[in-house]
Amino acid sequence: MRLVVVGNGMAGSRLVSEVRTRDPHMKITVFGAETCRPYNRILLSNVLAGSSRPEQVRLVDPAWYEAHHVRAAFGSAVAHIDRETRHVVTADGRREPYDLLVLATGSDAVVPPIPGVERAIPFRTLDDCERISGAAERARRAVVVGGGLLGIEAARGLAGRGLPVTLLHLAGHLMERQLDVEAGEVLGETLAGLGVEIRTGVSASGIEDDGVRLADGELVEADLVVLACGVRPVTGLAAEAGLEVRRGVVVDDELRTDDPSIFAIGECAEHDGTVYGLVAPAWEQAAVAADILTGGKALYRGSRLVTRLKAKSVELAAMGETQLGEEHAEVVRFSHRARGTYRKLVIRDGRLVGAILLGESDAVGTLTQLFDRGGPLPGDRAGLLFPGLSSAPVADSPTLMPDAAKVCQCNNVTKGQIRACWEAGARDVNAVATATRATTGCGTCRDAVEGIVGWLCEQEGVAV
Amino acid sequence: MPGSDVATKAPTKTHCPYCALQCGMEIGPGLEISPRTDIPANASGALCQKGWTAGELLTNGERLTAPLLHGEPVEWDVALDYVAYRLSAIRAEHGPDAVAVFGGGGLTNEKAYSLGKFARVALATSQIDYNGRFCMSSAAAASTKAFGMDRGMPFPITDLGDADVVLLAGGNVAETMPPFVRHLTGPRMIVIDPRRTQTAKLAWLHLQPTPGTDLALALGMLHLAIADELVDEAYVAARTTGFEEVRISLASWWPERVERITGVPVHQMRQAVRAMAAVDKAYILTGRGAEQHAKGTDTVSAFINLALALGLPGTYGSGYGCVTGQGNGQGGREHGQKADQLPGYRKIDDPAARAHMAKVWGIPAEDIPGPGRSAYELLDALGTPGGPRALLLFGSNPVISAPASEHVAERIGALDLLVTCDFVMSETAALADVVFPVTQWAEESGTMTNLEGRVLLRNRAVAPPEGVRSDLDVLAGLAERLGEHRFETEPVKVFDELRRASQGGLADYSGITYERITEETGVFWPCPSPGHPGTPRPFLDSFATPDGRAVFVPVQHRPPAEETDADYPVHLSTGRVLAHYQSGAQTRRIAQLVQAAPEPFVELHPDLAEQLGITAGDIVRVSSRRGESKAVARISDAIRRDTVFMPFHWEGANRLTNPALDPTSKMPEFKVCAVRVERDS
Repeated sequence: MRLVVVGNGMAGSRLVSEVRTRDPHMKITVFGAETCRPYNRILLSNVLAGSSRPEQVRLVDPAWYEAHHVRAAFGSAVAHIDRETRHVVTADGRREPYDLLVLATGSDAVVPPIPGVERAIPFRTLDDCERISGAAERARRAVVVGGGLLGIEAARGLAGRGLPVTLLHLAGHLMERQLDVEAGEVLGETLAGLGVEIRTGVSASGIEDDGVRLADGELVEADLVVLACGVRPVTGLAAEAGLEVRRGVVVDDELRTDDPSIFAIGECAEHDGTVYGLVAPAWEQAAVAADILTGGKALYRGSRLVTRLKAKSVELAAMGETQLGEEHAEVVRFSHRARGTYRKLVIRDGRLVGAILLGESDAVGTLTQLFDRGGPLPGDRAGLLFPGLSSAPVADSPTLMPDAAKVCQCNNVTKGQIRACWEAGARDVNAVATATRATTGCGTCRDAVEGIVGWLCEQEGVAV
Repeated sequence: MPGSDVATKAPTKTHCPYCALQCGMEIGPGLEISPRTDIPANASGALCQKGWTAGELLTNGERLTAPLLHGEPVEWDVALDYVAYRLSAIRAEHGPDAVAVFGGGGLTNEKAYSLGKFARVALATSQIDYNGRFCMSSAAAASTKAFGMDRGMPFPITDLGDADVVLLAGGNVAETMPPFVRHLTGPRMIVIDPRRTQTAKLAWLHLQPTPGTDLALALGMLHLAIADELVDEAYVAARTTGFEEVRISLASWWPERVERITGVPVHQMRQAVRAMAAVDKAYILTGRGAEQHAKGTDTVSAFINLALALGLPGTYGSGYGCVTGQGNGQGGREHGQKADQLPGYRKIDDPAARAHMAKVWGIPAEDIPGPGRSAYELLDALGTPGGPRALLLFGSNPVISAPASEHVAERIGALDLLVTCDFVMSETAALADVVFPVTQWAEESGTMTNLEGRVLLRNRAVAPPEGVRSDLDVLAGLAERLGEHRFETEPVKVFDELRRASQGGLADYSGITYERITEETGVFWPCPSPGHPGTPRPFLDSFATPDGRAVFVPVQHRPPAEETDADYPVHLSTGRVLAHYQSGAQTRRIAQLVQAAPEPFVELHPDLAEQLGITAGDIVRVSSRRGESKAVARISDAIRRDTVFMPFHWEGANRLTNPALDPTSKMPEFKVCAVRVERDS
């Protein structure tokens, strides 16, 4: 079997390693349009923020390919698929035969067709990132166009470098696909506190030398303009080859296109009407496709989406259907805007179908897992939003503690036994220890035993 | 009579019969126990309830005092003759590998050494392994990869007290070895455990991951250390190799992804990493919770990678250590009762090691068998075509302690011959054709190597009951009948031979003597000559690798061998309670301990209990693909909603556990499997 993979980004590189794990012998060739080794797009915002160096986001060691007998062509774009003869043809004319072909061509940044847009830098690739970083060193003021996940991460990263940043967003609130209005506003307030000026409901009509012109004529000054206006699946190759393409390359539950020898995964693929723009679904697809390609059985049934903002000092997790109203679902909310806290659970049929957690929360891990697994929720919703809330406070005062309460775990000594031993004449901790062995193990109950002995002495008016 | 020879003499200095802390204790003329203050592990005079009540082991009336042949008491000669005859016959018919030997991590160094020698020299079988495979093998494998040597904690326990931060991954020392906690009162503690254990309650920060995801957690933490520029670059450059490859392998373990897998919030991971990076003195310790998995070795490697990135190992006041569990878990893995090892922590397939041992044993090197099956593989092969037909069992109770225990009992039932050495009628001894009644802790002398790698001496305090002999006598008696006369029965003479055997090996005991141990209250190995002071901190100058540098080992997380699904929707994790030790064969016979912890239980979260209609005290049935078990419900919000916990000191918990093995260490996956939980109607 000869496997050819077009695209060596997050999805393509993952697929290659998943296939290699399952089949050490399959002949694999991977083409990447970018000249560099695969890198982790998720971490680009760290690079832009200056907290990671570009070489720290590489996904694959260069020696890996040779060690695993994978042929990798970097900077080699595939221009044509010859389905008749089962070959791919690169831009520079190389022909590579395949038995199985996987398209993992990803997506491109959307560049709005407005005058002067070439003055702006899209935020999409590692190269883009390095260009933005370079420009940021000389810039005095930046504008980020687009208030989705990537735009917010870019704005936060630039602000973190000490650059004044304005974030322009077309919709009425930030991340409108993932957040409800209030969460979007609280997020905006948090970002404002970190030096990002938020302008929502505005549209850029042009980019000029000294800033971004808004539709109403206002000029937002900037000498660095970053575009984060969304992405568009790269489907030209598939369309030209006659494969079915809607928004993305249409695939079935085996990630197969309408040509049984051609598959598509990641951001270029459209499964069940959905094109996913996050890494987790792409990797889930890579695992399923790798099973199928190596003769196994697996089905992809869609992914549950968890969006986690990666921006310093901004904790945000959003998952599932966050905008369902009370008429369609049970909604539990807590809001404390002054602290940048907003928590919302959307529950249907006793299961978590959506959630927003803004501001640091110990609940995030548990809720993400409850959402992922679709398991039944406990009746106590408050305990879900505030872990620890439901734990009964421990009655550790000597007065409140029942006689049966175990004081010394190591030697299984109860308050009642300490009382009995006190009544038999033991008047200090050492005497109690000798009689009961309390405090002689790990020693952490010493304060508690002292407390009980002191309280007993006080109760009975015994001088200590 | 027990105690008869101590009636008039001073208390005898010895050590506790249980865990790897090996607390110092004295046994008085009336068998009363008191803590010693000259042994650093419990120098403050601490003992836990197990230690305080240990004297009852000597008098509780459940002792075996005569060899049993098919359940009937017989003379020693009759039993020894019978076993030797049967072993010879089975060997003659099926070959030497038809006889297997299974040891234990509670045996003294002398017994562990003799057992390995007995298997290789007297039986010429490759089929020997021990229950330590179920304990520290993952940490041992990972330490060997990283440091070239496995000495559980390569530093004295008292060093911990001076640390600023101690991270404990999957250990519950407050219950398993309570006096250990006294060394942790100074540092800030970070505890990783799916349960809020007694130990986690003492922690400054408790990370509560999904069972089976510690590896992902460690990767996420190292990812954060790199992303937040907390790596000790100078240390990494000077003292390690392989960081670049590990750094690249971590790009796919960004913390938000790890959060989704583990359920541990990113900010808590960051808090933990920052706390360790911000201080001068920090330790990372792992316990069975992280190690007893089908990926236990890789999990420990991931924690060692984190420790290396932060510059901890081999630095005075910092480091990585494995918290060994069994009494002689450390020494037990060094002297040849492991399938792939020879004494002195030598590899059995190393020609130089074989030549050395051949000289010590006086046999041709080619007569030493090669590596045999690991513990579970060995138990699983019993009575199968090509598998062992006879088993000699020392210091272990696999019917309780092995995974998929009903299957193991079935395999044991298929043997032609089962011989056990025990001092009480354990559940496994009850299945044996022949049971030899042997001495226990205070009735014999011998050395134990504790969790720090400190070699300690247990002194005989009382005479054994009449009819009882040492395991060393059993081995010598059988060897003699098999035509081998080179087996010593005096512990000190065995130890002298062990010293010669270990000389030049990694775990070199050649400079250690009983006298030195007594005078110095323990000696740290390696100790290659009588004048050598021992080695409390072996890695300060260099690691035991060929180039002296520690090795970063790239590892990737993978899910548990068995994931939860619609049929088995809940994770089961197993562990210990304070009052009991291992399979409970000893502690379940002590009244005060039984009173403290009378019965097995299933711990579950109130939310899960509510969903399942279970209330505290109900009998619940827990089923896995391997069996089912019933126990009393204990409801506690200290455990995750998706997990139940069962202690393994009673028959039952291990009927459920998964024998999936770690590819390197052959550790079974005790700590996570999928179960269904129901109220027993």
